[in-house]
Amino acid sequence: MSKAKVAVLDYGIGNVRSLTNALIKIGAEPFLTSERSLILGSDVLILPGVGAFGMGMKNLNERNLIPVIHEFVATGKPFLGICLGMQLLLEESEEFGYTKGLRLIKGKVVKMPLKSGSDVKLPHVSWNEIREPSKNRWNETFLTGTLKSSNFYFVHTFVAAPNNPEDILALTNYGGLDFCAAVQNKNVYGTQFHPEKSGELGLQMLKMFIKKSTEKNDE
Amino acid sequence: MHKLRLIARLDIKNEFVIKGIHLEGLRKIGDPIELAKKYYEDGIDEIVFMDAVASLYERNNLFHIIEKACEEVFIPITIGGGIRSIGDIEKALKAGADKIALNTQAIKTPAIVEEASRIYGSQCIVGSIESKRKDNGSWEAYVDNGREETGVDVIEWSQRLEQLGAGELMITCIDQEGTKKGFDNELIEIISAAVSIPVIASGGAGKVSHITELVSETKAGAIAIASMLHYKMSGIKEIKQGIHQAQIPIRL
Repeated sequence: MSKAKVAVLDYGIGNVRSLTNALIKIGAEPFLTSERSLILGSDVLILPGVGAFGMGMKNLNERNLIPVIHEFVATGKPFLGICLGMQLLLEESEEFGYTKGLRLIKGKVVKMPLKSGSDVKLPHVSWNEIREPSKNRWNETFLTGTLKSSNFYFVHTFVAAPNNPEDILALTNYGGLDFCAAVQNKNVYGTQFHPEKSGELGLQMLKMFIKKSTEKNDE
Repeated sequence: MHKLRLIARLDIKNEFVIKGIHLEGLRKIGDPIELAKKYYEDGIDEIVFMDAVASLYERNNLFHIIEKACEEVFIPITIGGGIRSIGDIEKALKAGADKIALNTQAIKTPAIVEEASRIYGSQCIVGSIESKRKDNGSWEAYVDNGREETGVDVIEWSQRLEQLGAGELMITCIDQEGTKKGFDNELIEIISAAVSIPVIASGGAGKVSHITELVSETKAGAIAIASMLHYKMSGIKEIKQGIHQAQIPIRL
């Protein structure tokens, strides 16, 4: 089988080298790009990113990448947002005032809710476990087979709050409250945690994502 | 409850991981990339690379090491030492670092913390403080890897760094550093109660009980260790098991 061509969106934000290294490690063929033809020609598109929502949208806008992302999603091929990249999938964010997002998942991005009187720290910088929001939700997705005790690396202050519970792919608990750790609607996926920074289990998860993606392409 | 993060700290001079006592009297330990890889495979949660002489020579010399390390190490990587400008931060992130630790330059021009956290996000900026206890019972911030005093009060400075936008603080206690006699629990307790961002305690870990005592007495979110690993006093699995047995949540 030929290597999966994975376009990693280059929009001038944060560390993307770790992601491309991780993709090479698991046997994919990643390339960092902001070029329409290369993006549309790839098997999988990944939107990485850390930092502020507004800055992320501004950078996508300046590079005219928003219509290209929508065009890619319309092909039905898998699109994965990681961390800020997942948050950008939503309709809007309240981080530093109101900013419009990519509107691929209904709902918004809000500051992580904490129990009143809670003294837990923000940002949430931690390894944390993820769990299935409802029975069999992970079937047929790249999370199938993920063990309950698996830990993934999170670093964020804001969280996605999808309107439709069906769009929530995984939940995590912090300070006694649940928040959305992964989303999925059709071929649009997002993880709040960083699989490329989550050790061997993270690499396995990325590998599963690429495997599931190429299986679908072969059909 | 969140999980305690166990961080390996690699202080580097002339391509070698080194270790001293009170940040002085440096001894060669080994190759940074090999050590980073080994600690990663053994289950460490994060790695901090510190250029021990960078501020002195006014440049950071670790970019090529980070580039190489992150081909094999898939956990968060922090770089510190001699980062002086937004351009340096950009270079460090491009090389594969996830977080940037700022000390000397933050003291010189605090605005760099504000600007960097606005551009790259707070999660990217670690306020690094080298602290020394004074005779009057307060703590003073040092720069240039513990060489220069600044007259800045550590507790006030930690709060200021949070206001400026740092997403985490790493507190290195010079009096404890390299002694393997335990952390400065009192200082970590005061700082972790004074700020709402995570605090990384660095300097002094010699055995597992130092870590478990610190965590039970303070709100430290992470522990940076060096001697324990470099001198093979304990393995990472063994340390984590010890922490786990003390009922402190940690990734096993």
